[in-house]
Amino acid sequence: MFEGLTSRFEKIFKYLRGQGKLTESNIKEALREVRLALLEADVHYRVVRDFVKNIEERAIGQEVLSSLTPGQQVIKIVHEELIALLGGTPAKLQLDGPPPVPIMLVGLQGSGKTTTAAKLALMLKKERRSPCLVPADIYRPAAIDQLKVLGSQINVPVYPSQKDLKPEEIVRDAINFCKSNNCDTIIVDTAGRLHIDEPLMEELQRLKQILEPREILLVVDAMTGQDAVKVSETFHEALGITGVVLTKLDGDARGGAALSIRAVTGCPVKFVGIGEKLDAIEIFYPDRMSSRILGMGDVLTIIEKAQEAIDEEEAKKLVKKLKEDSYTLEDFRDQIRQIKRLGSLERIIGLLPGVGMLKELKNAKIDPKEFIRLEAIINSMTKEERKNPDIINASRKRRIAQGSGTTVQDVNRLLKGFEEMRKMMRQMTVSTGIATSGKSKKKKKKRTFFPF
Amino acid sequence: MIWWRKKVGLPEENKEEGQVLGETQIEKEPELENSERREGLWKRLVKGLQKTRDHFTSRIEQLFSGRKTIDRELFDELEEILITSDVGVAATRRLLNNLEERVERESIQELEILYKMLEEEIIGLLSIPAEPLDPNRADPFVIMVVGVNGVGKTTTIAKLANHWKTEGKKPLVVAGDTFRAAAIDQLAMWAERVGVPIIKQRPGADPSAVVYDALDAAVSRGYDLVIIDTAGRMHTKSNLMEELKKIRRVMAKKIPEAPHETFLVLDATTGQNAYSQVKTFKEEISISGLILTKLDGTAKGGVVIGICHEFGIPIRFIGVGEGIEDLRPFQPELFAKALLGH
Ligand SMILES: Nc1nc2c(ncn2[C@@H]2O[C@H](COP(=O)(O)OP(=O)(O)OP(=O)(O)O)[C@@H](O)[C@H]2O)c(=O)[nH]1
Ligand SMILES: [Mg+2]
Repeated sequence: MFEGLTSRFEKIFKYLRGQGKLTESNIKEALREVRLALLEADVHYRVVRDFVKNIEERAIGQEVLSSLTPGQQVIKIVHEELIALLGGTPAKLQLDGPPPVPIMLVGLQGSGKTTTAAKLALMLKKERRSPCLVPADIYRPAAIDQLKVLGSQINVPVYPSQKDLKPEEIVRDAINFCKSNNCDTIIVDTAGRLHIDEPLMEELQRLKQILEPREILLVVDAMTGQDAVKVSETFHEALGITGVVLTKLDGDARGGAALSIRAVTGCPVKFVGIGEKLDAIEIFYPDRMSSRILGMGDVLTIIEKAQEAIDEEEAKKLVKKLKEDSYTLEDFRDQIRQIKRLGSLERIIGLLPGVGMLKELKNAKIDPKEFIRLEAIINSMTKEERKNPDIINASRKRRIAQGSGTTVQDVNRLLKGFEEMRKMMRQMTVSTGIATSGKSKKKKKKRTFFPF
Repeated sequence: MIWWRKKVGLPEENKEEGQVLGETQIEKEPELENSERREGLWKRLVKGLQKTRDHFTSRIEQLFSGRKTIDRELFDELEEILITSDVGVAATRRLLNNLEERVERESIQELEILYKMLEEEIIGLLSIPAEPLDPNRADPFVIMVVGVNGVGKTTTIAKLANHWKTEGKKPLVVAGDTFRAAAIDQLAMWAERVGVPIIKQRPGADPSAVVYDALDAAVSRGYDLVIIDTAGRMHTKSNLMEELKKIRRVMAKKIPEAPHETFLVLDATTGQNAYSQVKTFKEEISISGLILTKLDGTAKGGVVIGICHEFGIPIRFIGVGEGIEDLRPFQPELFAKALLGH
């Protein structure tokens, strides 16, 4: 239902190409779209209002770079401002100090605290710390069991809480438990509660006093709407939170709450949750979040995902090729091979721009065997053909089909898909400001990021 | 402000007394309480919705007090109130456009009438023509409860079981979430508290098998209401949506019309993503009713106004707390009043 801001901008500015300066009148419509995009992304009304006002002040009178359309120029400014608002660079956990270092997780019911506690523990373990988990949710049925199960899955000690103990008692005793298990980090999972529930907010204050946590992380569901402001404000006032974890970003929520929270608390988002598995947690990157909130996709995340599986050199080459627009079928074949190593395809698709496209891709029901076939087709081409697909004429197509045990239609489909993909990559790099140029042929691109 | 066309002809020179709304409305609540059979329930409802209402009362009060005329500024402020209640841009625009047209057409000059009209518009969008929810129309009557992670499915199932148990039904709950850690234990504890039987298998079991067993048990042991919990899942994950379809297929083998109802649980804290949730769940497995939870917080759940209208799915219940009693049938009038702080 949400059309990307980029494509909406293209429409508005089609007729404005070539104008020299951003004027009040020519950015008015653009800012209207920005406002809409932000509101649709659940950024709080007032935050949007202030933001748009700032952009307007900054934009009016600016020269439009010769390589950009006015629309792209405004996007660039908006993107930069959003990144700045979201904190600029990623923020780290502050865990220095004498062990055991306490971390406390707080938030509304159902926001994902328990899962996040286990994810953080696993992450810290990978960083060679030795965390222990402390379930302090005595209210929700089986909440303690839930953390115990998760702890055993990742081999992290869990304090044996009982639901007839008081959270205060649990936490006090857990410090000793932690020491006797030689743990250096205590991660306390607290019960979900409403920010307006005063007795329970006071309980958190008491826990804070006992623990003296180095980090108090507010766990917020990325789907949260306008209420994010009130929730984070109240938790911050009561506890002085040190950071935010934004969960469930593996869905298609645009996550504007991140902006609202940052604007009212000034606290950085430190991590994002991107799935139910315990390794599905990532550092928060303001630039990617900015693209996401604006509905401009997330080409950088894709590239970085690839980076994890491929070696760094390869990834750099890929970025360069995207920039230079010299991506070939050979590169594509390499990627097919890498995709197998990338793990869940769905996760990668989830990072691509545009809800509509996700849907299309899902409907395409990607079959792993398809990869093998694609690879076979490319294998049957000559080096020359891979570098320059334009030379592949009818007789070459027949030869390739025969060689790969496929049909000419299969070959055509691959070539067509590849062309679409290159176009789309070009466009995505435009969105994120890596390169310029590129027209919108949205419908087709939507269907065929990968040519199957 | 930005999205409606400037209209000419809005009454400018209305010098009549600006009605201060909100002040007297607070007194109305006890009336509700007394007139209601189950006083305890109403108290809780009122308490649950109080926070919503308090917030709005003060804002609507501010908005209407000291104001004499219906002007653009008033509409701008109404816009802010609706959007900050998660009503969303499109639905807000629709509501306020209609309102503006009516103001013009019917030459409305009084704030109080304008306010009533807005309430009516909201009620209109929320009122979906639907058969009454009647678990007696099949035996066993099978309900499947779905939704994204953490919205309140399991808790709501406990509430639903409790609700119909007190109405004389014999409910059976089914631990169809075999995936999330301790999800089965969670439902089992609720079942014990409510005093209803539960069908469960071990963690990791095939949910369709659990459900098949449950329908078998219901039929052979004479339970007339089966409520099935499912694992929370992001609507964007096609394999997990396939799993739900499979559960439905397997169910239909046992009881062709089952499930008789499929409830999608929405969290009132959720913003515009609720559209995407409803759309996808509806497309994939078809949804017959919505349940809106966590209305006891400060979130307004305004997103359902547009959703009900767009998808034509009725809201059946709301959740107003964490206890088994904290479930209410959905009433558009009350919801609209709570939203606007009447
Ligand atoms: N305040 C409030 N909390 C609620 C309400 N309904 C559910 N909750 C709480 O929300 C949290 C999550 O509820 P669950 O019932 O476990 O949610 P779920 O959808 O089954 O979660 P998963 O199975 O993990 O996807 C629990 O702490 C519940 O107590 C409500 O109406 N109001
Ligand atoms: Mg559940």
